[in-house]
Amino acid sequence: MGLEFSFEVKEDILIVRLAGELDHHEAEALRDEWKNMLYHNPVKHVILNLEQVSFMDSSGLGVVLGRYKEVLQLGGQMVVCSIPHSIKRLFEMSGMFKIIRLEENETFALETLGVAS
Amino acid sequence: MRNEMHVEFSSVSQNESFARVTVAAFVAQLDPTMEELTEIKTVVSEAVTNAIIHGYNNEPDHKVSITCHLHEDGEVELTIRDYGIGIEDVDEARQPLYTSKPELERSGMGFTIIENFMDSVEVFSKHGEGTSVHMKKQLTKSKTVYN
Repeated sequence: MGLEFSFEVKEDILIVRLAGELDHHEAEALRDEWKNMLYHNPVKHVILNLEQVSFMDSSGLGVVLGRYKEVLQLGGQMVVCSIPHSIKRLFEMSGMFKIIRLEENETFALETLGVAS
Repeated sequence: MRNEMHVEFSSVSQNESFARVTVAAFVAQLDPTMEELTEIKTVVSEAVTNAIIHGYNNEPDHKVSITCHLHEDGEVELTIRDYGIGIEDVDEARQPLYTSKPELERSGMGFTIIENFMDSVEVFSKHGEGTSVHMKKQLTKSKTVYN
């Protein structure tokens, strides 16, 4: 089934939309592309939209944590939105919400970062 | 009826999804909930990934094996095994956030997730001989049907 990802830049925000299964096999390609987007656009914050993700494991958490650290260095925030129930459990179990804010959907997430959509 | 299956496959990351889908298809005959099925797929993914990355250091020409038993009372028993380098300190490896490969952006949550999603987890490992992760989970629906 694999993983599909797309990126959109809105002002100083990078929106990352994932669809499919994010495991160790898929993690590397996503990491490379995501890093590339972060450093070749004048962005500071990241919104991670997980609405279409059907599976994620700790390898996926590793990629998200890696980008979180980079966003911190850019002086920005990372916001996760539209998270499916099963992945929310994984995030809760791993303490991810202590460092990454959760919003219901992309519109709310954009608003909290000062962008009206 | 007691049922059993065994699969063995190459230690390549493409097989992580093959492994979790295969186990899920086998366990499906016990009529698990969606949540239970997701939990089982996640632990298979974690243990197989550990075998590939840590047991075999990402070398593709080794074998990972999975044995799965389904018991009449709705218990799922899973063993995931590699014949790789082994874990020197299993207790340390099971700590949340511990990773022996931080440079690979590992979250260190694999074993913690396995322990949360399964009822019991035993790890047998010997330096130079490999690691075997033995796990059990009682499915809830089956439990109410049979009790």
